[in-house]
Amino acid sequence: METSIEKSHHEAHEAAANDRVMFGFWVYLMTDLLMFAILFAVYTVLHGNTMGGPAGRDIFSMQLALLETLLLLTSSFTVGLGMIAARRGSKSHVLAWFGLTFVLGLAFLALEMKEFAEFIHEGHTMQSNAFFSSFFTLVGTHGLHITSGLLWMGVTLIYVIKRGLNAPLLRKLALLSLFWHFLDIVWIFIFTIVYMGAFV
Amino acid sequence: MKEFLIGRLDTNALPHDIFMILGSLSFIFLGLGIVAIITYLRRWKWLWNEWLTSVDPKKIGIMYFIAGGFMLARGGLDALMVWLQQAISVDGSQGYLSADHFQQIFTAHGNIMVFFVAMAFIFGLINYIVPLQIGARDLASPFLNTLGFWLYIAGVLMVNMFFFAGGEYAATGWLAVAPLSGIEFSPYVGVDYWIWSLQISGIGTTLGAINFIMTILKMRAPGMTLWKMPLFTWGSLLSMIMAVTVFPLLTATLFLLFFDRYFGTHFFTTTLGGDPMLYTNLIWMWGHPEVYILVIPAYGVFSEIVSTFSRKPIASYRSNVLGMIGVAAFALSVWLHHFFTMGAGANVNGFFGIMTIAIAIPTTVLVFSWIATMYKGRIRFTTPMLWFLGFLGIFALGGISGVMLGFPPADFQLHNSLFLVAHFHSNVIGGVLFGIFAGLNFWFPKIAGFRLNEKIGRYAFWCWIIGFCLSFIPMYILGIMGATRRLDHYDSSTGWQPFYIMMLVGGIVIAIGVALQVVQIIASAIEKNRLRDTTGDPWDGRSLEWASASPPPFYNFTVIPTVTTRDAHYEAKRQGLLKPAYEDITMPRNTAAGIYISIFAFLAGFAFVWHINWLAIVSIIAIIVCVIVRTFNDDTEYTIPAAEIEKLEVARLKKDTAAAARTAKVAHPDEDMGLWQFIKIVAIWALDVIKHKRWQTWKHQ
Repeated sequence: METSIEKSHHEAHEAAANDRVMFGFWVYLMTDLLMFAILFAVYTVLHGNTMGGPAGRDIFSMQLALLETLLLLTSSFTVGLGMIAARRGSKSHVLAWFGLTFVLGLAFLALEMKEFAEFIHEGHTMQSNAFFSSFFTLVGTHGLHITSGLLWMGVTLIYVIKRGLNAPLLRKLALLSLFWHFLDIVWIFIFTIVYMGAFV
Repeated sequence: MKEFLIGRLDTNALPHDIFMILGSLSFIFLGLGIVAIITYLRRWKWLWNEWLTSVDPKKIGIMYFIAGGFMLARGGLDALMVWLQQAISVDGSQGYLSADHFQQIFTAHGNIMVFFVAMAFIFGLINYIVPLQIGARDLASPFLNTLGFWLYIAGVLMVNMFFFAGGEYAATGWLAVAPLSGIEFSPYVGVDYWIWSLQISGIGTTLGAINFIMTILKMRAPGMTLWKMPLFTWGSLLSMIMAVTVFPLLTATLFLLFFDRYFGTHFFTTTLGGDPMLYTNLIWMWGHPEVYILVIPAYGVFSEIVSTFSRKPIASYRSNVLGMIGVAAFALSVWLHHFFTMGAGANVNGFFGIMTIAIAIPTTVLVFSWIATMYKGRIRFTTPMLWFLGFLGIFALGGISGVMLGFPPADFQLHNSLFLVAHFHSNVIGGVLFGIFAGLNFWFPKIAGFRLNEKIGRYAFWCWIIGFCLSFIPMYILGIMGATRRLDHYDSSTGWQPFYIMMLVGGIVIAIGVALQVVQIIASAIEKNRLRDTTGDPWDGRSLEWASASPPPFYNFTVIPTVTTRDAHYEAKRQGLLKPAYEDITMPRNTAAGIYISIFAFLAGFAFVWHINWLAIVSIIAIIVCVIVRTFNDDTEYTIPAAEIEKLEVARLKKDTAAAARTAKVAHPDEDMGLWQFIKIVAIWALDVIKHKRWQTWKHQ
């Protein structure tokens, strides 16, 4: 009897902590979103200032951007499946779905780096003009977030292999999936405003 | 190779002009002195275990106060230096500062006072008081709190680092407007120090704010609905919501400015499509709400004080809360009034002008709420109450001059004049700083276990009020006479010099007031047996912080109280207090992770200032490793069994009873010591210490 009360006390403590952390992470995501809002605003104001250089419509490849979008959207789907597996407590499925997400994220990042490398190869760098400064900063900041998401995912998966699906790791996976969906949403805005916007 | 190893650092960066040498020497002596004393007293281990690595918000709050107090002296010295230059630099005399150095000093003054003084004190108060007021034992994330504090300390170090390396701070004004702050017009390291001190401490602020939102919204005692929350907690919540809304904008803007300076991008440059006016907009979108982040918790402090010392519940609590919400909401949509003259057009100016003037409405609701609370109350004129009354007058002055500045046509005349400077000092001194002092006097018994000396506190208050009027009323007049801000030299034919001299005299009177506040604390410590608060509730308080002991145990409450009304503790006292009971308590473990991360953040900032790329990369990797190690550590809490708590509480009760007995024996119980008596006692004590070599007994065992 004594122990079951203790156990339920402990569980209530854990549940309250979970609740707080999830809420706090939402607040953090909103602060991150505001940072992106500034970068979007800056891009919107400055993207016309090409100073005689090429504008977005001259250099962006819609196919590439669409491919990136599809990769990221698919990865959001696999992260969702990974979370369902996590709630069920199936370690192997968690590893499989999150592993697939990791690969998709990596592929996205590779495509983005390829795009950046091409621009730089053609002589369009952050220093060229205000358009390129704001383009590289906005898209690059998203890429940096993806990179940190991948790092986080990699480390968490290593711990899942080592420790199994314990309560703190389940919480981390839930936060990670929130983060990943958030980056997906930000990318949809990048796709719309930066890439599609360039051809309007 | 040298370029790779130490970037742009070289021997030229060492301090060479007299001010930098004096500055760095005084920091070195101060540091060495502190290290020597701690070593002599054998206090290092104690300091590290009990304070530096602590996650207790009460201890972190006190550390914020200490750092903020130190920076207040530092920023106040800047103010006196500016005023001294302005008082003597007329006609043929160029004063004692070069124009460039003068600009650096007023820039540093602004940054230090807003970022490292006001923010520190506000965060200190919130840390200490809010968990007690909502009946919580700790914060939602104790780690984020210590990290935020240590990032703030890294920012403090960064803002003073130019004394040792570089010898130059930003000469751009406190918001470093572009393109002046760009690499083209500010090529050396001053602006970089500005960027990184604000960036590091600003990220700390964002993390701290997220933490307090979590804490206030998720950890209130059972029964405490939002409409039953104490008003200081309300003010803190609104302030923290504003902080998470605008500090990310600061972070993003500072990164863009940093990119311009470090990587040669073109966001705010004058060439290749950059737009300096964009910077002005972005920085003020943060900068204007920032002052409201500081003042809204101060509103909450005043609400607590006026209600306690009028012995009445706050008048129309709901309008008071709605007033604060209104101020917070409006404050987010007025930033453009800082640059009506930039040419946004009549309609845009008109909108922001109306929004600015409209802020007076919710503010007035608050003022009426306070006045109505005093109406027919049995007012006790204690020092916190005096600070409140001083605030009421000065804040009205600042508010009315603010409404004047809010009219775009008037602003075209008053823009960048001393009228503006006088206006915002009325608000940040009269509002924020007085709120902080009122709060410190009010909650000091809770924090230290004994109340502050009333008599010397009153002297300090009057020095501040008189000094303020002497300084800033001439400043309003000068502004209307046409004196622009940031002048390091002017003509005597303007007739301004007498006013500038009055400002300097006022500044000295304020400095005396600050000295008296230090004396007040020391005198109270001497008399602590007589001033001791053994009840935990020295003012007949109303909210839950007075339900705990003074100072509270590290777990705050043995049993979390259940709340049924506003002014929860006041009601509980009338219905009879609960008997003590004991339960198992889970508390967070101390951690040094925040310190390590902040050290590396400081190193990364320093590396970016001097273009030492390898150090920047190594530091960032180290930060990531620290974060990973910390977040995957699951053993961050421990449980104290109820029996242990009972033992602690019984011991504390015994100690309090003994202290109460000592207090009862002290002669002249009604009279706080005055200045002469203080000087006499300190002199006798010092002689005694020297005669008997008493320092040998102070070592920690």
